[in-house]
Amino acid sequence: MAQMTMIQAITDAMRTELKNDENVLVFGEDVGQNGGVFRATEGLQDEFGEERVFDTPLAESGIGGLSIGLALTDFRPVPEIQFFGFVYETMDAISGQMARYRYRTGNTRSMPITIRSPFGGGVHTPELHADSLEGLMAQQPGLKVVIPSNPYDAKGLLIQSIRDNDPVIFLEHMKLYRSFREEVPEEEYTIELGKAEVKREGSDVTLIAYGAMVHSCLKAAEELEQDGISAEVIDLRTVSPVDYETILASVEKTNRAVMVQEAQKQAGIAASVVSEIQEKAILHLEAPVLRVAAPDTVYAFTQAEEIWLPNHKDIVEKANKVMNF
Amino acid sequence: MKRVLENIENQFEMFQILNEEGKIVNEDAMPDLSDEELKEIMKRMVYTRILDQRSIALNRQGRLGFYAPTAGQEASQLGSQFALEKADFILPGYRDVPQLIWHGLPLYQAFLFSRGHFKGNQMPEGVNAVSPQIIIGAQITQAAGVGLGFKKRKEDAVAITYTGDGGASQGDFYEGINFAGAFGAQSIFVVQNNRFAISVPVEKQSAAQTIAQKAVAAGIEGIQVDGMDVLAVYAATKEARQRAVDGEGPTLIETLTYRYGPHTMAGDDPTRYRTEDMDNEWEKQDPIVRFRTFLESKDLWSEEEENELIEKAKEEIKAAVKEADNTPKQKVTDLIENMYEELPSNLQEQMEEYKEKESK
Repeated sequence: MAQMTMIQAITDAMRTELKNDENVLVFGEDVGQNGGVFRATEGLQDEFGEERVFDTPLAESGIGGLSIGLALTDFRPVPEIQFFGFVYETMDAISGQMARYRYRTGNTRSMPITIRSPFGGGVHTPELHADSLEGLMAQQPGLKVVIPSNPYDAKGLLIQSIRDNDPVIFLEHMKLYRSFREEVPEEEYTIELGKAEVKREGSDVTLIAYGAMVHSCLKAAEELEQDGISAEVIDLRTVSPVDYETILASVEKTNRAVMVQEAQKQAGIAASVVSEIQEKAILHLEAPVLRVAAPDTVYAFTQAEEIWLPNHKDIVEKANKVMNF
Repeated sequence: MKRVLENIENQFEMFQILNEEGKIVNEDAMPDLSDEELKEIMKRMVYTRILDQRSIALNRQGRLGFYAPTAGQEASQLGSQFALEKADFILPGYRDVPQLIWHGLPLYQAFLFSRGHFKGNQMPEGVNAVSPQIIIGAQITQAAGVGLGFKKRKEDAVAITYTGDGGASQGDFYEGINFAGAFGAQSIFVVQNNRFAISVPVEKQSAAQTIAQKAVAAGIEGIQVDGMDVLAVYAATKEARQRAVDGEGPTLIETLTYRYGPHTMAGDDPTRYRTEDMDNEWEKQDPIVRFRTFLESKDLWSEEEENELIEKAKEEIKAAVKEADNTPKQKVTDLIENMYEELPSNLQEQMEEYKEKESK
């Protein structure tokens, strides 16, 4: 076992799959000699050569189309979109094309593409670098959307994503890249996509989150415990498809829930999760399911970021509300 | 400052072998085709013209669905496809169904594609192609990817993609040819310049005098070809293919052509943007008429032969329509099954719901 940051675990996952499967290709803007702007692909070109790990011209739509063409010749592309705010440039390649190719070939071809991309707030980036756009992706049938919250999950989920025969959007919260280390096995392992994890057991209220907000929920749970409230914390890990089985089992036990996301409140993952809970478990609920989310504005890059981003205090406040309903 | 645009048309002078009178005007460029092959090209063009007429009629009877007429573009479409090998991969636009058919897509499946049935998208084993692209230009970046894939696998194969003059205005066109150039992809980009992007003439699409010259900025070869001359289109594509597999990089081919019919059968009225004079001028250049004259001068073609072929085509088309009619209609549960390799929980639930609805 080694102590790894999330970014190291991600590099390790790509190295593992580059070794395992000669069809795996890693490419994108600056991913070659530069090792990626966050060093996610550090050393991979030296180890596997330019044929397997390579720079592309600076054009996201082209990267999307290139990935599709390589998948049509039986490669397993792992492209990087340098910041997920740039995804708008390649929305057609993702939503209009790769997500529909299985359907469009009458299930005779698959698109085993894993698009990796950094996203998320709190690291003082310029405009269109921090936005949480997972909701856009989750609305597109044909895609899977994975968001790890820690180094261990990042490695297992990324290996599984690369092995998956459908396109996966793999979103890496920038704030988690180097914020902490944990034990990560050096050998390969996988974590099934579409399975949530109960990060902390509790009996009074369920806090549901993914990505960086999982840590805010854990912090909130500790505070709530001081006040005698036992919070269960669920890390979705995959936001499309969502593991409703785990959520519903928890809500049926705690009878109260708060759904937390860093993204804006309107539409999105939280709205979807809350709807599903009330459709399937309304008779178990003692209070309305509340949401913690960002305001419905563009991301507050640099200025006002601290207030704009949901935090553990917002979560504690909403948890108290459902407790005192 | 050097004026780079001066005389640029001369750099991209239209490549022609067979003129509109059916005479060879460029003997040196004459491709090495046997009499049988020459006749085969003619057969395919005549067959495709009949297929177009029948498809328009079927559409008007409400029996076809989405259809983009092809008459006028046979030389561009079939001359280029005839230069391909079985291993080559076609990424067509929505008007490029004929190339798919001659690459191996059964006719009844082409009708199913028109009708929006997923079985129309299932290429038979060994038919290297995807079904026609609806988003203008999206196939161009993908063709760069397929061409790079072939290069990486050291395959004797190319990716060929088709779009129209309007497609050459899309960002994906520039990204696609630039990526292909940067990677030395084994790709051929065919722009069938039929003069109009639905209604907007090519002059309003771009200040560029030719579409072929756009290749220069991407650092790849570009050629403008008489798109009504099937021999020129064939020869240009054959050469581009050879260059691609020899590691000499991708090629942009602009074919100058014309669509006689409307943009699609969904209500387009070409009289709003084209004159009758213009239509007549282009019809004088008809690819089938001039190739027929050429073949007749070599005693390779006769009226009886053509009539026989037309009857055969009509019979086959009739049989294919029947086969398409006999295919069970697409269901919502078919769509559900075709979204993922394994159904996620939400779709499992919806599968049950729609099975129930469809059983009623």
